[in-house]
Amino acid sequence: MTTTSLPLPAPTVIVPTKGWFKLNIRELWQYRDLCWTLAGRDVRLRYRQTALGVAWVVLQPLMAAGIFTLVFGVIAGLESPGVPYFVFAYAGMMGWTAFSTTLNKTSTCIVQNAPLIAKVFFPRAILPFSVLGSTLLDFVIALVMMVVLMAVYGVEPSWALLTLPIWIALIMALAVGLGLSASALMVSYRDVQYIVPVLMQFLMYASPVAYSVSEVPEKWKIVFLGNPLSGLLEGMRWALFSGQGEAVFSLSPGLVTYTVLFSLGMALTGLVSFQRMERKFADVI
Amino acid sequence: MSKHTTIRVEDLSKSYTIQHQAAVQPTTLGEAVMSRLRKPIQRAEKETFFAIKDVSFEVERGDVVGIVGRNGAGKSTLLKLLSRIAAPTEGRITLRGRVGSLLEVGTGFHPELTGRENIYLNGGILGMRRREITQRFDQIVDFAGVEKFLDTPVKRYSSGMYVRLAFAVAAHLSSEILVVDEVLAVGDAEFQKQCLGKMKDVANSGRTVLFVSHNVQSVAVLCNKGLYLEKGHLLEAGGVDQIIQRYVHSFAGKEKDARDFSRRPGSGEYRVTRFAPTKPVFDADETKSFDFRIEHQHGQAGRWFVTALISDSMGVTLAQCDSRVYGGWFEDCKSLEGSFSFRGPWLKPGEYRVDVWVQKLGPRIDEYQGAANLQISPVYPYPDSVPHDGTQFCQVLSDFAWEAKVVDPLRQQVAAVS
Repeated sequence: MTTTSLPLPAPTVIVPTKGWFKLNIRELWQYRDLCWTLAGRDVRLRYRQTALGVAWVVLQPLMAAGIFTLVFGVIAGLESPGVPYFVFAYAGMMGWTAFSTTLNKTSTCIVQNAPLIAKVFFPRAILPFSVLGSTLLDFVIALVMMVVLMAVYGVEPSWALLTLPIWIALIMALAVGLGLSASALMVSYRDVQYIVPVLMQFLMYASPVAYSVSEVPEKWKIVFLGNPLSGLLEGMRWALFSGQGEAVFSLSPGLVTYTVLFSLGMALTGLVSFQRMERKFADVI
Repeated sequence: MSKHTTIRVEDLSKSYTIQHQAAVQPTTLGEAVMSRLRKPIQRAEKETFFAIKDVSFEVERGDVVGIVGRNGAGKSTLLKLLSRIAAPTEGRITLRGRVGSLLEVGTGFHPELTGRENIYLNGGILGMRRREITQRFDQIVDFAGVEKFLDTPVKRYSSGMYVRLAFAVAAHLSSEILVVDEVLAVGDAEFQKQCLGKMKDVANSGRTVLFVSHNVQSVAVLCNKGLYLEKGHLLEAGGVDQIIQRYVHSFAGKEKDARDFSRRPGSGEYRVTRFAPTKPVFDADETKSFDFRIEHQHGQAGRWFVTALISDSMGVTLAQCDSRVYGGWFEDCKSLEGSFSFRGPWLKPGEYRVDVWVQKLGPRIDEYQGAANLQISPVYPYPDSVPHDGTQFCQVLSDFAWEAKVVDPLRQQVAAVS
């Protein structure tokens, strides 16, 4: 090591935190390798000591889609617009899984890494961001399965497919925004840990995951579409299936605007509340 | 800030809010909401506790600074502030360079991951770029001596290997400032030596080390500067010898007023009116002596004798020093003055209680519980510094020797897997 004549680096100044918004982007960038390493750890650990390994990423939504097809498509006899019910339910499940795993993991990531928080300094926001890496990977794997399904069932894509990255980005923004707020809140109040799963279950049935928006009674539609996930999942299905006929999707410009603003607003709220509480984590956790 | 200054701390304070029992901090959302609903105006009764108060100092490049102080002095809090784990309440820290902190060995290790994966993970957590870790990978593995187990999950490592690997990663950080808290409390003696050596190398290469340890010996060996903290205040900063002196003297007990004997048991013909150690702090291996005075109160007692009992802080009596075993019998007199001293056993560092009994055959004359507090310096009377487990299994220390010669050394030393 040739460290005898170190150049004088720029001084770091530590002062009490004040102000509303001071997310240190430069520092986050310096720690980007850690973000990847943590994401890698997450992926590696998840399927260690499982027999089927990464196959579970595809098997889980496939099984759920099968159950939904049976319950909603066959027994309840609901309509799936334009595409076979199974493909329709799988698409919903794919979007929902991306949302729910991201939210679940970001909300618990701070508390789960309590020993790290208390003993080592690194930009705390690295933890929730590293979650994105592994959930996005899952999504891509699930998407490959989607392509296979579309080929098998003969569902032709249209140019709308190009908007798919935007929809998934918005779903992630919403999930991370909610997750960041929840994770910061969970440091002081562990109740959040128990509330989140319950709310998630409710949210899954209140969103068009297993059924189509067109099946919702007209008088409830306004309330139903107030849930931003309705717009996001509908948008994702539109991107995948609009080749089968546009008319069946209830995507108005108003709804799209609302959904986009809500997701981005939530992401910003999450970031602000997270960094407001960030420096107290080590004291409280 | 001079160009040699790497750390500058100005009026640094860190306070925590303590809630009193009457107004317990709500830890569930429900409690928080309910207490707000019940008492919408009343604020909880709070007390601000300063873990660090108005601390200012500067550290220059290449200094190895030992931070000493008794429990609760604020040493660990100071390190947490310097390494940015916790945010200060007031004041300002200016750091020139990256801070690598090692507040606990192996934080950030994941048991399911292999040694190789953990090196990258832990290095990343400590702020190293992937490229830097790759560059130093061989050095780290070499230092830790785990090359055979690189692809084994660390949950199957022995605790010794675990610690070695963790320290190795942190020690090879390229940070300009290294903050180390009590890491030497673990690992075997060989490893401790290796660690101390490594920290010296770090300092010699022009970097700065801040070091907290309860083991004064390793502070003395490693550091050239010192900071002495007490109850959150920085009382003294300077050369390490001076600081250790100060720390050792902080253990000095207060002399008790022996003249208030009205509540002491015993028939009371004589009373101990003074019993005081001759030094505030004794070294473990030196003769501990006390001056005493026993005065006549009333009546006659005939022939009497004195006993001193030495007990540790847990109340275990370690030694009984009875004057009779050396023929120490006393006759009636107005007062008796003298000294009591004992050489063995070597007491471990800490606080001891001395009880003194004035006795005759039959009932006790004076039973003076806690006649004196005896303070033993935290410096062990042995030449080498060892981890906690080298001294923890005994009540007292011994003046011993191991002498041996090697008979027929084996040609091939079998590598011991600890």
